[in-house]
Amino acid sequence: MYEYDGSVERARPEIVAFPSSTAEVSQIVKLAVKHDIPIVGRGAGTGLSGGALARGGGIMIAFGRMNRILEIDLENRRAVVQPGVVNFDLTRAVEHAGFYFAPDPSSQKSCTIGGNVSENSGGPHTLAYGVTTNHVTGLELVLPDGEIKRIGGKLSDALGYDLCGLMVGSEGTLALVSEITARLSRKPEAVKTLLAIFETVDDATETVTEMTARAITPAACEMMDGWTLCAVEDYVHAGFPRDCGAILLLEVEGLVEAVANQSAEIDEVCKAHRAREVRTAKDDKERELLWKGRKTAFGALGRLAPSNYVLDAVIPRSKLPQALRQVLKIGEGYGLKIGNIFHAGDGNLHPLVLFDPRNRSQFERAVRASEEIVRYCVEIGGALTGEHGVGMEKSELMTLMFSDADFALMRRVHQQFNPTGLLNPGKVFPIGKGCGETRIRTSPMHSPVPG
Amino acid sequence: MSPALTSTVASRFESVVGNEFVRTDPDALEAYTVDRVAPSIAVQPENAQQAAEIVKIAIEGELSVIPSGARTSLGIGMPPSSYDAALDMTRVRGIAHYDPGDLTVSVNAGTPLAELAKILAEKNQFLPLAVPFFEKVTVGGAIAAGLDSPLRHFYGTARDFMIGAEFVDGTGAPAKSGGRVVKNVTGYDFHKLLAGSLGSLAVITRVNFRTFPVQPSRRGFLASFADETGALGFVKQIADSALTPTVLEVLSPEFAELCLEKKSPVTSLRLDVEAWTVCVGFEGSAEACERYRRDLSRLARTTSARDAIAVHDSQFLSLLEIFREAPAAMSRLAAQSVVLRFVTLPGKLADLVRALRSFASSSWMSSAILIRSSSIVYLALLPREAEESAIKQVAYFWKSVGSLRGQMDFNTSILFCPAEWKAELGVWAYAGGPIDLGRRVKKAFDPSGTFACGRFVGGV
Repeated sequence: MYEYDGSVERARPEIVAFPSSTAEVSQIVKLAVKHDIPIVGRGAGTGLSGGALARGGGIMIAFGRMNRILEIDLENRRAVVQPGVVNFDLTRAVEHAGFYFAPDPSSQKSCTIGGNVSENSGGPHTLAYGVTTNHVTGLELVLPDGEIKRIGGKLSDALGYDLCGLMVGSEGTLALVSEITARLSRKPEAVKTLLAIFETVDDATETVTEMTARAITPAACEMMDGWTLCAVEDYVHAGFPRDCGAILLLEVEGLVEAVANQSAEIDEVCKAHRAREVRTAKDDKERELLWKGRKTAFGALGRLAPSNYVLDAVIPRSKLPQALRQVLKIGEGYGLKIGNIFHAGDGNLHPLVLFDPRNRSQFERAVRASEEIVRYCVEIGGALTGEHGVGMEKSELMTLMFSDADFALMRRVHQQFNPTGLLNPGKVFPIGKGCGETRIRTSPMHSPVPG
Repeated sequence: MSPALTSTVASRFESVVGNEFVRTDPDALEAYTVDRVAPSIAVQPENAQQAAEIVKIAIEGELSVIPSGARTSLGIGMPPSSYDAALDMTRVRGIAHYDPGDLTVSVNAGTPLAELAKILAEKNQFLPLAVPFFEKVTVGGAIAAGLDSPLRHFYGTARDFMIGAEFVDGTGAPAKSGGRVVKNVTGYDFHKLLAGSLGSLAVITRVNFRTFPVQPSRRGFLASFADETGALGFVKQIADSALTPTVLEVLSPEFAELCLEKKSPVTSLRLDVEAWTVCVGFEGSAEACERYRRDLSRLARTTSARDAIAVHDSQFLSLLEIFREAPAAMSRLAAQSVVLRFVTLPGKLADLVRALRSFASSSWMSSAILIRSSSIVYLALLPREAEESAIKQVAYFWKSVGSLRGQMDFNTSILFCPAEWKAELGVWAYAGGPIDLGRRVKKAFDPSGTFACGRFVGGV
């Protein structure tokens, strides 16, 4: 199982170690360095870009046993946790007092906070509350020589360079994270979940574009297209329509008065764009069911094809309608069905390419279509990844966004923190890009994975 | 630099930017002085490419360079250990890209923040970067100086809404990080390192921001209390409520008297300058603002406020300007004012403030305090004596602050003080944190040690 994560990539470590403390992590790292063996950290393995796969073989440090919440400090709205703590477990530990941990990836009931830090994970509600980096104030690091360092802490601003800002999202290529100090957020007084049903994808995307332009700021704004919705409805029975072009799942939060104003504005914009219906979840049960539909959607689509490939790219929100049209056109061009379930409010697309991996031609077409979609997103001013990370999946596409000078600086930073290159080799940087330090360091023990 | 070297460098700089944008005359260079250290040459590139060329020449000549914008915040940090060339970025200005429909903007570093604000205001948008010297400061300067904004209570600091940057690194190469979209995890987040780096890593040439819609109403509420315990009790009540204010500032009586009392828009507010005052800012629809007013009035009553008053939109915006400028205004309260910035936890705030006031009093200095967002304390020390004994008073105070370390969680630096005191006081003396990791970052960005030599934390 450690050969896989949530992506289509695959790489097998020679050894999986399960440390229970930072000191043990440090010892393992020292041992690995002594024997020139690559190291990769891993949380729950739910990542979608191959970030936690042992591309160079070697030792995988699985943080599953380091799963304790070390401190909850409600007065100062901080929690100190080990990296193996499951994202939602932190929310569960503080929700009695009216707090929660804001980053909410779809996998939040299984993914770990260490993994979130490594990938700078997002989720539906990051539209209003930001991604993981906005919710981390301190880290304990194990450097690639085994040295243990603390950066930041509970304080909101550290003096000196923003090292937490550098480390969060560095995909385990600069240091291993052995402890996290996280911000806790206060639950809003009121929450309203709206389901807007549209006859066409264009109507839904144009609604989002106009909401952004009119400065309506829901806490979450998710879109699912009609045919993927049928599969989701078969799976969760949340009451999603089976005969529409697309839906928007919107959430507004805050004071009762603000929620009332915002939901009225959203209703107005949706109807101006020919929404068939704007439905409000009548209670927490219905609200949870709608969100269950959204968060389990990718799993539900497993019923439609033997395999699927979830893309992750970002576009300017003003270009949402044209981008969705182009995604569908690219799919048609390659004779592939592409579903769209994504974070519309922040322009974070997740085109889902369905294919049968046993059909070589279809598999190759899926790969080419995916690349074309990502290229298109970057061309119109977007980015390669909004929340899944670069990992193995997109390392070769980094050249679409970054120049040789950009890579040279990235390599110098990488060299300063990970001089041996043993830490998570083969990630983030394109393999073919230049000098030795970005080559994949393979383990002396390494043998190619069969099949 | 020797006159011969200056002349050689000047002609090379001129070949890049033209004669009129290279200055070596002492009168012109005086304007680029940093902590009484003047450069030998000042150069004004027109764009990022020219800036990169200038940096390459500087590296070849082993020159030390301080990048600057409107030079409003160059007093922050230690005096430069060497300073040959001033790299004036004020000509690299203008909006590179603005997509109001996406709420994103990309702006050249030399653009004044006030100019950007006007452009955003035309689309009813704004950037929550209400920092000191607002009318003059450039976008790049504001990011590099890292000063915070009273709006941070809701909107966070620059790192939270800066979505990308372009810059010239210490090899003279133009580089970038992030992008122009609101959500992006592609590559290392170098732009976060640039925030507050005092120009010690790179020359910022362009910054991309997420912008925000201006809300229909922006109002405030003032409540006054007999002492800091009452004021901080009110702040805690707000934190424990459902309210999410945009601004939360606590003013000591001395701050109110020195910084607010004579300001014309504020006089009508009948501020009690003998009390501790809490200013709460909030925004949204008229209904939401009315709810804030109602709830804050109730909380003020339950926490025994002496007085409480609702502040309408224009009064609130005037107050916001005063808070925005406060750290800089505090540095002008006396001939030898010292402004210190502390960061602590909400739960430690009362203890820290009491300790600081006690130290100030023991050091025979009056002081003024502004507490921002339940965690930042700006403290102005106002020595009364002549220079010689004044530094002794401040040094005694600073040493006392050092004695608190280990007893409570805080970090601190001296934000503004007379340049000639810095060596003795050490503005970063209690910065904490792993200096060696900062040095690694510096080495990667600026391998030759070209930028802002010796000014930043840890002497980098």
